[in-house]
This record gives sequence, structure tokens and C-alpha cells, in this order.
Amino acid sequence: MVRIIDRRFDSKNKSAVNRQRFMRRFKNQIREAVADAISGRSIKDLDNGESVTIPSKDLSEPQFHHGRGGIWENVFTGNDQFSSGDQINRPQGGGGGGTGKGKASKDGEGEDDFVFNLSREEFLDVFFDDLALPNLVKTQLARIHEYKSQRAGFTNDGTPANINVVRSLRGALGRRLALGSPYRGQLRELQQQLEELLETRPEDDPEVLRLKEEIGILRAKIEAIPFIDTFDLRYNNRIKVPKPTTQAVMFCIMDVSGSMDEDKKATAKRFFMLLYLFLTRTYEHIEVVFIRHHTIAKEVNEEDFFHSRESGGTVVSSALEMMKDILHARYLNGAWNVYGAQASDGDNWENDSPHCRELLADTILPFVQYFAYIEITPGEPQNLWREYEKLIGTHANFAMQHIEGLPDIYPVFRELFKKKLV
Amino acid sequence: MSAKRQKRKQPLPAPGEWTFELIEAYHAEIDRVARNYGLDTYPTQIELITSEQMMDAYSSVGMPVNYHHWSFGKSFLQTEKSYRRGQMGLAYEIVINSNPCIAYLMEENTMTMQALVIAHAAYGHNSFFKGNYLFKQWTNADAIIDYLIFARNYLTECEERYGEEEVELLLDSCHALMNVGVDRYKRPEKLSLNKELTRQRERAEYLQSQVNDLWRTLPTAHVKTQAVEERRFPSEPQENLLYFIEKNAPLLEPWQREVVRIVRKVGQYFFPQRQTQVMNEGWATYWHYTLINTLYDEGLLADNFMLEFLHSHTNVVYQPSYNEPWYHGLNPYALGFAMWQDIRRICENPTDEDRYWFPDIAGSDWRETFDFAMRNFKDESFIAQFLSPKVMRDFRLFAILDDDKESKLKVSAIHDEEGYRRVREILSDNYNLGSREPNLQVWNVDLRGDRSLTLRHQAYQRRPLSGDADEVLKHVARLWGFAVRMEVAREDGSVEVLHECRQERRKTDT
Repeated sequence: MVRIIDRRFDSKNKSAVNRQRFMRRFKNQIREAVADAISGRSIKDLDNGESVTIPSKDLSEPQFHHGRGGIWENVFTGNDQFSSGDQINRPQGGGGGGTGKGKASKDGEGEDDFVFNLSREEFLDVFFDDLALPNLVKTQLARIHEYKSQRAGFTNDGTPANINVVRSLRGALGRRLALGSPYRGQLRELQQQLEELLETRPEDDPEVLRLKEEIGILRAKIEAIPFIDTFDLRYNNRIKVPKPTTQAVMFCIMDVSGSMDEDKKATAKRFFMLLYLFLTRTYEHIEVVFIRHHTIAKEVNEEDFFHSRESGGTVVSSALEMMKDILHARYLNGAWNVYGAQASDGDNWENDSPHCRELLADTILPFVQYFAYIEITPGEPQNLWREYEKLIGTHANFAMQHIEGLPDIYPVFRELFKKKLV
Repeated sequence: MSAKRQKRKQPLPAPGEWTFELIEAYHAEIDRVARNYGLDTYPTQIELITSEQMMDAYSSVGMPVNYHHWSFGKSFLQTEKSYRRGQMGLAYEIVINSNPCIAYLMEENTMTMQALVIAHAAYGHNSFFKGNYLFKQWTNADAIIDYLIFARNYLTECEERYGEEEVELLLDSCHALMNVGVDRYKRPEKLSLNKELTRQRERAEYLQSQVNDLWRTLPTAHVKTQAVEERRFPSEPQENLLYFIEKNAPLLEPWQREVVRIVRKVGQYFFPQRQTQVMNEGWATYWHYTLINTLYDEGLLADNFMLEFLHSHTNVVYQPSYNEPWYHGLNPYALGFAMWQDIRRICENPTDEDRYWFPDIAGSDWRETFDFAMRNFKDESFIAQFLSPKVMRDFRLFAILDDDKESKLKVSAIHDEEGYRRVREILSDNYNLGSREPNLQVWNVDLRGDRSLTLRHQAYQRRPLSGDADEVLKHVARLWGFAVRMEVAREDGSVEVLHECRQERRKTDT
């Protein structure tokens, strides 16, 4: 007797554990791939997975095999030209003849690098991993959308709690009018006839009595039309819409002077990305303004922002001036929430730093929700840091952080995040 | 297929979509015909699965349960990738050598494919598993599922106790040696779950005490007297590296020995499959072809069913020529199928050539001959015994000698009168695991010195070890705990050390 078992609805992800093991084992390669991806991506592009390539030699599971060389004698099919004793040149590229070990691998994968795809969640996981975010924050950031329910007209069905009384009664009235109107027409006619008849005939004339009876029937029919019918009921309709449609603008200011090397820029990029992620949580629409500066500031596109290299001295105030100008020109009509993020190695022209502080305090901080400054330098804080330090305490919407490694980035946002939770 | 149709029956419906009722109906007919042919099988258990589950099964080497390891995750990703890209179709079935014999059918298959797969797996492979001597000797269909469950639970327990990392490293090392965990010429013990469980603790303790004894090399008087005689260890070279390590590696914990044993047992389970590809696949293919055709001749199958069936069957037994780009060596399905068909032909309609080449079987009862051949051979001997000149001609087989000292390749034999025996011999040797895989032996352990382990590669036909041998050696060293050397013994008698992997590990107190 045969047993037929339907396993199709059994647990699906039997291999999930093995996949996790695989990810854990190749964490370093995956991290590198994510780091590469981050440097290659737009800071807004965090909603996609990533394909990760791992060199096949890292993945190999070695076994004892024969290598090439020595004497091999193999059998092939489809002889079309050979007789025994024939001498043949070795085929180029080693196909066929070679080791006879079937090393070309059955599935044609051969020696290619191993490529696989990270899902969006896995990608963010790795991204967050570097930044040492608390778990709560991770889940909140990784959530795609928050919805709120919103009225959207009326429907014909729903729960009793959502009945819209006015609409329902209006409908009922309309229905009663519509259904009753033919009777009412007849009624009016009969009444007119009756009046005419009464002028010539006495009250108890049989014709009059008949008309009165008919009028009575019609009235009863009109009465019989139900006051309200399930057909009349209208319900308030609610639909889910993605949460706030408010908008924000994010200013990214970065020092691109000679002292900012690629590593520092990569750190800065993560900082900007994280801020962007935080903002997407709260705002539907976000614009990003990129300002880079050395001695003079320039508004650029993202590509140039991260990849073009400049050299020379540093005048931070130039960037702040520019931010102020852009801010006032485009974003101060009350419709925008403004965020600022500045990254620098803190190496500023000495006399400029106090000016920066004033600029920030007087012309920028009053208009922004939040301004974060990170100083990416391995050593002692620089002069800009010392100036900015004076702002802390007097301005609640200002945060700064000295960053040596990636895990230092998150604390910058801690305050910001707390505020948003309330 | 015979042209005559004895009985015209109402054919079974053959819609594209299968249903459980239809599968049962087809199975009943296939079963009936298979019994008429005298196929002896384990009871069948047919399981319907999705393509995703098929990939799961793929990645855990076809087993319904297995322990967790990253390499299975890797092969899942690999399978998934090539499947999604359409580079590869999934196998239509996987069949597990267990009792009852489990055959997985994929839900995407059409009804025709399901019937083909039932005939192929649940009757072809199944009867082969039950009958062939290698499977009887090396595997125990009754116990394998239980054993795998035991193995998975045991490894999970180890992970909890000693950490995933630790277990994973150990498994990596064991996997590297999986292919050298078999005694080729010695019968293994039968697997049994109860025995495994009850003996496990006993064995662990016993082994540990043995090992400690072996390594009692502290300078005591007792050791000194022993040191006088030049004792060789192991007394004879051992080919089963994993077994040797399991029993003798000085620093392994008892649980580590158990893990080594588990990997060895699982590896051993696949040992017969590696040696019976041509026979086994050919046998299954022969039977699906025969069973389905018999049903067709009885009028049970519709023509559209047969057309689809023949289309699939033809794909399965397609053999490209050496100069075609998709040539990947001999297709075991094609060769096996041709050979089994040919054996039947020799039995039923022998020619003079057949009588000369196969006096024993020419004209004999084909079912008896089939049964005999299926039970008592593996690829190597099967080819040596039954590959007929006709099949060699049909496949136009030829042999090429590739000597790296010669500038040119040489055609050593072709499918002609002088070449038949030689071609057959070479092909048989190609399927001989002994010459296909390097011959490695545990040669010596330096008992009195640094406890180093020496492996010896007996080079055959000057074939070297592949480049990643030193990687494997690192794994050996991890298991052994001390230095490991690999030397090669050439056919001219010279011996040379190829790789050496130094390792000094102190046993950590636990």
C-alpha cells in the first residue's frame, strides 16, 4: 500500500537556519559588500537589498582530489574521426582532455565567484550592525510605513458603529419620495375628482364613497413605504493612508578639504544616511541639499558631493553662509522642517571658528529642528569643536559628536530620537 | 513498445494538472505491472513538495532531516540562484534510500511527469536500493532517518553546550575528510538507533580511556621499556582517515569523537551511491521506460500522455558527443539505460557476437539475469562484465591517453575489434573509485617524538594531489591536534614530503 503525503504546506524555511549560519560565517565578506554598496549608493537608497559577491576560494570546502598531471586515460563518446594510435594535439583551454575529473562541475558554476542576494532586511541589519544601534531603534527604522486611518467618503456596508445617520436618513427620505411619488400623483388626481364630485353630488353618493375608499387605500400604500430600509444605510468609510505627509529638507554639509580622506568621507556618508533614515521615519517627503566646502562652499549633487576631491584650506563659515542663504531663499515658507548635518575633520581656519559659531547660533539654529555636527578625527578635538561646544546647553536642537569609529555615530541621534518618541 | 495491444481498456485520464486521486490511480497500475515483472521494493511513501522544499532537500544532500551547517546554506543559495535564473531545472524527484522508501514529487510536475517519477524512483531506484549488495552492505534503510534525527539532536545539544562556533569548525574539518571516511574493503557495522544511543556514552568513556593510555608518554619506567622496541603505529596503514581520527586522535573530547563518527556514518551512507551511478540510474530509467510502455500497451495510457513521456525520457537519456559544447562526460542515465536494454536484448535475441562475448547470459531468462546483475555488481564491475561491443559501437566510444610527459594525446583504443576489450577496461577503471580518487593512507604516527601524523599518498599513474590538499591537511591537523605531514610515494619507490602542517595544541581543561 502506498502512502501519499502532502508536504506542501509544511514549514517552508527549513533552510533558514543554514542560511543564517552561512551569513554569520561570511559576515566579514558581507560587511565589506555592504560597505561597498553604501559608498556606491545614493544616501536615499536604503530600501533595496544588495547582491553580495564572495570569492569562491573563500567558500571552498577542500577535499582530497587528484590534480592535473600524470597519466589519465578516459573514454569519450561520439567518435567521428579517430582510429587507435592517432596522435592528437592537446585541446586548448583544457576542455575535455585534461584531468578527467569532471572538474568543470556539474551545474556549470565552475570557478565563478559566489553571488547571492541580501534582502532589504538583511541589508539594513548589516548596515545597523556597524552603527551599534539599540534594537528598538533598528526595528523602528526598518519599518517601511506607518499608516493612519482616514475618512474617505461613504460606503454601503460596514459596522454599525460607523453608520452615518444624516446620510442614511437622507437616503431614506429620497427613497420614500421616489417610491411614493406615483401613488401621490394618483392621490392628488383622485382628491381633485372627489372635490369636483362633491360639488354636484351628496356626501353619501356611492361614487363619492368609492373615491374615498380608493383614496384610503392609496394613503395606506404610501404609509406602508418603510421609513428606513437597510438599503438606505450609509457608513463612514475609513481608509489607511501612509502617515504624515509633511516634508523636510536635510542639509548635508561636508568638508572636502585635503585632510578629509576617503575613510572619513565614508564615515560621514553613513552619518548622513542614518539621519536620512531617521527622517524618513517621520516625513513623507524629504529633500536633500548637499553643500561641500573647502575655502569656498558650493551646492552640488550627490555624486560630486561624495566623490570629487578638492584640496586646500578650510573655511567652514562659507558653507554655513550658503546654508543660510539657501534656507532663507527656499525653505522658510513654513512648509518645511529643516535638518542640518555637518561633517568635518574639525580642521578650520583659526579665526573662522568663532564666526561659525555665531552664524550657527544666530541665523541657522533658530530655524532648524535639529543640527548635528560630527567631527571625524582620530586625535584631539580641533578648534571648531571647541567653539561649537559653547552652543551646547543653550541650544537644545544642537548635537555634536566626536567620531573615531562607526559605532560613535549613533549617540548623535540619541537625543533627536528621544524627542521624537514623546 | 510492442505494436500489438491485447486489451483495449479505457485509458486513465491524462490532464496537465495532477490530483491526489489520479496519483493514486496511476500508482496502483504501476505497482501492479511492477509486481508482474517481479520487482522487489520497500513500501513506498510519496510526498508532494513545492519547488522551494525541493531546494531545501537539495541543499541538505537530499535528506529529509539533517544537522545544520553553513555549507548547506551555501548550496541552498547556489541552487536557488541558478534555479531563479533559469540556468537549471530542479530534478523532478528525489528518492531516499529508506524503509519505507520516500519519493519526493514536485508540485509543478504535470501528471505525466508524476507518473514517470513514480515509476522511476518509487520502483526503479527503490528496488535497486533494496537489492544491490553495496546498499545492503553499507546502508541500513530501516535506521537512516532515525539516525539522522539522532545526529541532528546530538549536534544541537553540542552547540548548546560548547557553542555553535566550536561545532562548526569541527564539522568543517570532518566534512573535508568525508570522502576518506570509508573502508573500501571492509564491511561496516549496521546502523541502529538504539545501539547508537545506548552505546554512545559507554563508547565515549571507553575511547577516552584508550586514548589516554595510548598517549601515556610521560617519562615513567614503563614507557622506557616500551620505547626500546621500535613500535609502529598504526601497525598497518589505514585508509579510513576519519575512523582513525575518531579512534586515535589524542586530544579530541568524547563529544568531538561522536561528531566525527556522525559525519563518517553519513558519508558512508552515500558511498554506495557514488559507486553505482550508471547502474542505478540506468536501472531506474530502464524500469520507468518499461513500466510505462507496458501500461501503454495495455491501453491504459492516452497518446498525449505517451508523447510527453517520450519527450522527457529522450531528454534524460540524451548523450552528446565529445565535440559538442554541452558534453560533460558520459551521461550515466544514457549509458546505464543502453546497457540494461542491451542485456535484455542479449538474453532474448542474441547474435553470434553476443554468444561469443556473453556465453553465460545469451539466451537466458532476462529477468533472472537482470536480478543477478542488479544485486551483485557496482559500476566498475558492471561495465567490465556487461558492456557489449554493440553498446560501444552505438556510443562510438573511444579512449584517449593523456600523459603529461607527451606533447600529444594518443587515441589508445576505439570501438573496433581490437579495441573493445581495452575500451571496456578503461571505462571500467574510470568508474573505479580506487583509481578515481587519490589513494591515501594513514602511514605513521611518531609515538615517541612529536606525535606527528604522517599521511601517505600512493601515487598512481603519477597523478598528483590537487592544490587544495594543503587546506585539507590543515583540517586534519585541527582534528589531530599535532603536526601532520603528507608525503607522496611515487611508483618508482621514492618518497617525498609534500606538505607539512605544524600544530601544537594543548588540551584545554574542561
